Amino acid sequence: MPLVKGGRIVEDSYQRVLDDAPVPDRIPVIVPAARLLADADDLARRGGVTGVLWPNDRRIAELAPHLHKLALVALVFPKFKDGRAYSQARQLREQYGWRGELRATGEILRDQFMFLERAGFDSFEVKKEADAEAFVEATRRFSVFYQPTGDGRATALRARLARASSATPIAREREQVR
Amino acid sequence: MYLYDDFDKTLVDERVNEFRDQVKRRLSGELTEEEFKSLRLMNGVYLQLHAYMLRIAIPYGTLSSEQMRMLAHVARRYDRNYGHFTTRQNIQFNWIKLDELPDAMADLASVKMHAMQTSGNCIRNITTDQWAGVAPDEIEDARVWGEILRQWSTLHPEFSFLPRKFKIAITAASHDRAAVKVHDIGLRLHKNGAGEAGFEVMVGGGLGRTAFIGKTIRPFLPKRDLLSYVEAILRVYNQFGRRDNIYKARIKILVHEIGAEAFGREVEAEWEKIKDGALALDPKAIAEIASRFRYPDYERLADEPAELKAGLAADARFDTWFKNSVWRHKVPGYAIVTLSLKPEGGPPGDATAEQMDAIADLADRYSANEIRVGHEQNLVLPHVRQRDLPELWRALDSIGVATPNVNLVSDIISCPGLDYCALANTRSIPVAQELTRRFRDLDLARGLGRLHINISGCINACGHHHVGHIGILGVEKNGEEYFQLTIGGRADEKAEVGALLGPAVPYDDVVDTVEDIVAAYLELRERPDELFIDTVKRIGVEPFQERVYATR
Ligand code: SF4
Repeated sequence: MPLVKGGRIVEDSYQRVLDDAPVPDRIPVIVPAARLLADADDLARRGGVTGVLWPNDRRIAELAPHLHKLALVALVFPKFKDGRAYSQARQLREQYGWRGELRATGEILRDQFMFLERAGFDSFEVKKEADAEAFVEATRRFSVFYQPTGDGRATALRARLARASSATPIAREREQVR
Repeated sequence: MYLYDDFDKTLVDERVNEFRDQVKRRLSGELTEEEFKSLRLMNGVYLQLHAYMLRIAIPYGTLSSEQMRMLAHVARRYDRNYGHFTTRQNIQFNWIKLDELPDAMADLASVKMHAMQTSGNCIRNITTDQWAGVAPDEIEDARVWGEILRQWSTLHPEFSFLPRKFKIAITAASHDRAAVKVHDIGLRLHKNGAGEAGFEVMVGGGLGRTAFIGKTIRPFLPKRDLLSYVEAILRVYNQFGRRDNIYKARIKILVHEIGAEAFGREVEAEWEKIKDGALALDPKAIAEIASRFRYPDYERLADEPAELKAGLAADARFDTWFKNSVWRHKVPGYAIVTLSLKPEGGPPGDATAEQMDAIADLADRYSANEIRVGHEQNLVLPHVRQRDLPELWRALDSIGVATPNVNLVSDIISCPGLDYCALANTRSIPVAQELTRRFRDLDLARGLGRLHINISGCINACGHHHVGHIGILGVEKNGEEYFQLTIGGRADEKAEVGALLGPAVPYDDVVDTVEDIVAAYLELRERPDELFIDTVKRIGVEPFQERVYATR
């Protein structure tokens, strides 16, 4: 499954560790939520950075106390249609100030890229090779955004207000005619 | 009218391109039907019994004559020459080919129309009072808020994959013509004790398999907080709404299962965190949106001009229509005119391409280029000079949209049913058609007063049968079409879910049964002006039951 980061397909430096397998030293790992909650301190004392795979039916508030020990949070889209992790992502970024890597995993298709990016994800485990290759194209498909999210893109409404305050009365007239 | 600017236009065009690419990937096999399904649904494309169905958004039910002409064009070019106006102020075309869909969408985009979020598990087209902006009983134009919510909800990155579809309706009038209490979120704009306008926020209303009336979780929300509050509601729903069972996935079930109070507490807690963020609406932002709603330059006219009086005196048919289909306007000398899409024997809500073109021309001449679509599946010309009414009526009559049955027994709301819909148990359009024939006598219909019949071809309740004064629901019994009847439902500010009348009746009996219900009402009402709905309220279901089932 190709991993997209910074708009490009990259090698995944993290290793997935299952529930009771030993955690290798010095290698970046992604552990399941239960493992993190049980062994948070041991994991933090390890030589490598730690990420967590956080399920979409647990509150982010539960994860919050452990965020400072982590380098990555992976959220799950078990099905393309299951959009719970979009809310978790926004809470992480916009309410808990998470600055580390935020990874989208599960059934990730190109048609979600823009939404995912706007919700705060910055790495993507993409289901299909062709979609991963089309990442940049897919995220540039839209240039107008109606609602503010933590991604900082200006909304149409703010852009209109900015334009209105800088436009001369004549320019404004013209806009109405058009 | 709301004037789209280059931002709105660009977004619609970009969406057309994206959809074209999605269709291409589906046709080449790159996308499976399962994957394509949620993508096409988000763009208003359903796979029906016979073909793909395209549902086009008519935000808050407002159309320009130019847009109406484009709908006529789409009907002619891509469909079988007609379209179907729905209970959600949208229009549906039933016979569109998949490979032509992107072109149809591009044609629509040329007049700034689209199909975004008219289906799928996302925030659907925002609906409101079809008289917004002209109704004498409103405190302000609710469409401004419809537009603010439309923009916020369009391609919302967080709420495009909700547990289930999500419908928001707004009213700003004392009489609720938008059925806000049967929506996932209902908003009632009203004034508090201090004279300040704000929203009563109701959640968890809805019809479908289990019908609920919305519950108020905030009696008064300042305008500035509308978007952040609605976002908080959606965030709670997105995370905790059920996804294990499609029939339990609407917000009404979540609200019902955890209780409106607990739900409200979750919302308030989430809202606390975001209310002072980027979603707060300052007066400048609200004014910007409001400024792009344009109203006609109304002339200074007096009510009841001589032309109108002469017309009424001269022609009894005109007089009948006037009393039935014309309402008072905010501005003196003007009127709001309803165009009945419920002719005798016709499928409710259908209009042909020729009718659409003619209505567009009439809107140009008589209604400042504007047309509205109401949730009762009728059209409205919102700015008609009273002195033009006789002339307008003749024109409407000649194209078959002046049946004086608005709000009467033959003004039936019906879903498409088995004639089109893949989910249907029974036919519903033919039932509606037969009812309009049975109640063709308009004198009798007028004698009955306001009486709403709603028909759904299955439990999904697209015809809103729960809130029909008489509700008809198609069910299947041993492979046969049967109908359950309810009475006493209503969708207005006193919204209520109808009560079951008795055992389901077979297809061949359903119209007779409705006639018996009406006969029972005539017998049971206290006075000629006691409405059906009030009689049911006063005496309950039983007296009706006894009479209707006595001979069955
Ligand atoms: S109520 Fe049922 S039959 Fe009617 S349109 Fe909806 S899903 Fe189809």
